[in-house]
Amino acid sequence: MDYTIRIGGAAGQGIQTIGETLGRVFVRTGYFVFTHQDYESRVRGGHNFYQIRVSTQPVYASRDGIDILVALDSETIPRYEKERTRRAQVVYDSSALKKTYEGPAFIDIPFAKLAKEHGGSPIMANTVATGAVLGMLGMELDALLAIIAETFGKKGEAVVSANRKAAQAGHELAVEQCVTCSFAGEKKDTKASRKKRLLIAGIETIALGAIAGGCRFYAAYPMTPSTGIMNYIASKAEQFGIVVEQAEDEIAAINMALGASFAGVRAMTGTSGGGFALMVEGLSLAGITETPVVIAMGQRPGPATGLPTRTEQGELQFLVSAGHGEFPRIIFAPGTPVQALLQTARAFDLAEKYQIPVFILFDQYLADSQWTYEDFDLSKVKYTDYRLRGEAFSGLAEYQRHAYTANGVTPLGVPGDAKHLVVTDSDEHDEAGHIVEDGETRNRMVEKRLLKKLPRIQKEIAPPLFYGDLHPEVVITCWGSTYGVLREAVDELSATHSAAMLHFSEVFPLPAAEASGYLSVLKKAGQTICIENNATGQFERLLRAETGFVFSGHVRRYDGRPFTVDSLVKELKGKIKRR
Amino acid sequence: MVTAKDYEGQVPTWCPGCGNFSILTTFREAMAELEIEPHQFTMVSGIGQASKFPHYIRCNTFNGLHGRTLPVATGLRLANHEMLVIAVAGDGDCYGEGGNHLAHTMRRNVNVKLFVHDNQIYGLTKGQASPTTGEGTKTKNMPAGVISEQLNPMALAVALDCSFAARGFAGDGEHLKGLIKEAVKHKGFTLVDILQPCVTFNKVNTYEWYSKRVYRLGPEHDPADRSAAFTKALEWGERIPLGVIYRRQRPIYEEQVPVLAKAPLVRLPAKAPDIGPAIREFF
Repeated sequence: MDYTIRIGGAAGQGIQTIGETLGRVFVRTGYFVFTHQDYESRVRGGHNFYQIRVSTQPVYASRDGIDILVALDSETIPRYEKERTRRAQVVYDSSALKKTYEGPAFIDIPFAKLAKEHGGSPIMANTVATGAVLGMLGMELDALLAIIAETFGKKGEAVVSANRKAAQAGHELAVEQCVTCSFAGEKKDTKASRKKRLLIAGIETIALGAIAGGCRFYAAYPMTPSTGIMNYIASKAEQFGIVVEQAEDEIAAINMALGASFAGVRAMTGTSGGGFALMVEGLSLAGITETPVVIAMGQRPGPATGLPTRTEQGELQFLVSAGHGEFPRIIFAPGTPVQALLQTARAFDLAEKYQIPVFILFDQYLADSQWTYEDFDLSKVKYTDYRLRGEAFSGLAEYQRHAYTANGVTPLGVPGDAKHLVVTDSDEHDEAGHIVEDGETRNRMVEKRLLKKLPRIQKEIAPPLFYGDLHPEVVITCWGSTYGVLREAVDELSATHSAAMLHFSEVFPLPAAEASGYLSVLKKAGQTICIENNATGQFERLLRAETGFVFSGHVRRYDGRPFTVDSLVKELKGKIKRR
Repeated sequence: MVTAKDYEGQVPTWCPGCGNFSILTTFREAMAELEIEPHQFTMVSGIGQASKFPHYIRCNTFNGLHGRTLPVATGLRLANHEMLVIAVAGDGDCYGEGGNHLAHTMRRNVNVKLFVHDNQIYGLTKGQASPTTGEGTKTKNMPAGVISEQLNPMALAVALDCSFAARGFAGDGEHLKGLIKEAVKHKGFTLVDILQPCVTFNKVNTYEWYSKRVYRLGPEHDPADRSAAFTKALEWGERIPLGVIYRRQRPIYEEQVPVLAKAPLVRLPAKAPDIGPAIREFF
């Protein structure tokens, strides 16, 4: 079983509520779920959709064909006519759409009317719709009823009971009307697989990774698609001892983070391309003052405001070269929510270990996509406190914030913990942190904070993930959020092709080519294709600049939408040469 | 016992006769009299002649970017609200490049002590108009004279309900020392605008020009009276008042952040928390 459900409607109609609830129901019933969202930059109106893929097998991306279409507005049905599969069923409320559709594919369920009759208020129309979808699939209601109790428990028994009745009404009518639905009769072997799983989005795992990494201070200015990090951390701030500060602008946000980091705590900021453009000067300040900072950079299509709520991998080159002057940095580009969690936690470790800025480069697609997991292995989260605090600091005979060391890293003293002064400067400075002009000190400082650190930093970078045929004729390469869709595409291709993939999640500096062996994998392949969610092939350029390797082909998408399995497979098949 | 000598840092690179020298001496004396040791406070500055200040005083120092002094100071305070945080900026630095941060730091009322060395000109970049340069003043890049109206920091502070707003004069060290001490002791965000001649680039607002105009506010002025404070803030030209123009005790930001009620962030354990329970919520 592998179904795709799309809920279409205007902003503010509650498509997200239906989508999230269905996703949780499916996961609790033992299925694997993948969801993604497509929405416009507006709070009310327009047209948005929420897509759920539910399967008995693990799923990592969205498909193109829609099996169940839930139409909350009049635009949904005509708009997705071509995307409906042969078995597709459309569920809608003719009174709300003011139109009736004929034919076995259409199920007219009066969401608002049933909500009023059974729940007492048309507000519960979405609960009716949720129940109806489960009825169409021939699924039981128990998981939904439990979730209703959890969601509305605080509002009292009456609200819970009303919503349950509304769900049941939708469910009953759908079961009745959907006797011919092809999927209703399909046997669903879920009891055996009723294992507890979790459903989580990338934006939530970045926030959880920050908390796990010991983040104590998060300053940001709201900007899609990064705002969810601030919201989640704020919701857990008291529990974990974190200050979340909404800054007056992104310039203030990064400078606040640097102030907090200098004071002795792990600090982070998050933004998108436009906001990061304002932070660039502060990034450079982190570079020369060797102040650790973690920056979550959520990509969306530019230039300027671009497509504010959509997705792109357009800021890799921006991040690689952002900031005036030369200083080290690390860029992680997670491919999955679990990777986002572990990499964000690790970003805090590496930022403090090397006293550098570390980026989590994600995008709207990863931020809003939900994945299904058995659990997270948190034993991989390591915490080392690299700071000089308390007696370890006050007991030192002397201290200079930027003293020359063999490996370039001078321990960070916590100001006030000792009589030793902690001094740093955005100007070139001496070991004590005071302004200098002389060339010799300049040379030694560049060696200390940049050249000595670079080789050690590169050793931290993990090799790309290899997946597929061990002796592939074609190697498809991707980075960041395209991991899931390419993995599924490679699975499909493997029926007819000798194919494998390389996924880079640690993109700058690139993993050492010789040590990690990816270059030989690429060189051995008859054909190499790089897929990217941008127009110019930014990763392709980076790899070529760093290693000289030239891909034989590429697939690029830059309409602001993510790749889907079917369209990607089709494009790749068109590119792969037949032997 | 700390003495002013304990604060002697690097040798200043200011022009001979610069108003910054007397501010420096006065500041060292004030800190010694307050018995605050060099490691007990952190000074944040930006870029400009004034922003070199912390290098000439022995203290914890974050000398950051032009205009970005207050966000760094805010981050410092939120991470460690037991640390005295002093910010030093120039008029271009704070009122020009950093104007947005000034407005919002006043709103937040973070307990940061801001001293603005206001010489009504850009010194480091050699003589361009600053936000406080008088209208009509001719500069190299404004040969026809400054068109924009002169910014009034005191009026801005009163309008934004700044917890403490005062004006000092580099030529009246004894009075300035009192203001510095009062500002450090005040609980809340403080702005002390210090009039300071630039002997190289400002040929209008000289020691003589200021000396003829400035006068110390007497007890008849009540800084708690916001209307009276606004009237005093608007006084500029023939007579320029020195002293605390406006003062209102209101809760500081740090004390209203629930997370900070128990201890400063920097005192919380530096270890990985257990996020297991948070993850359970996603099942």
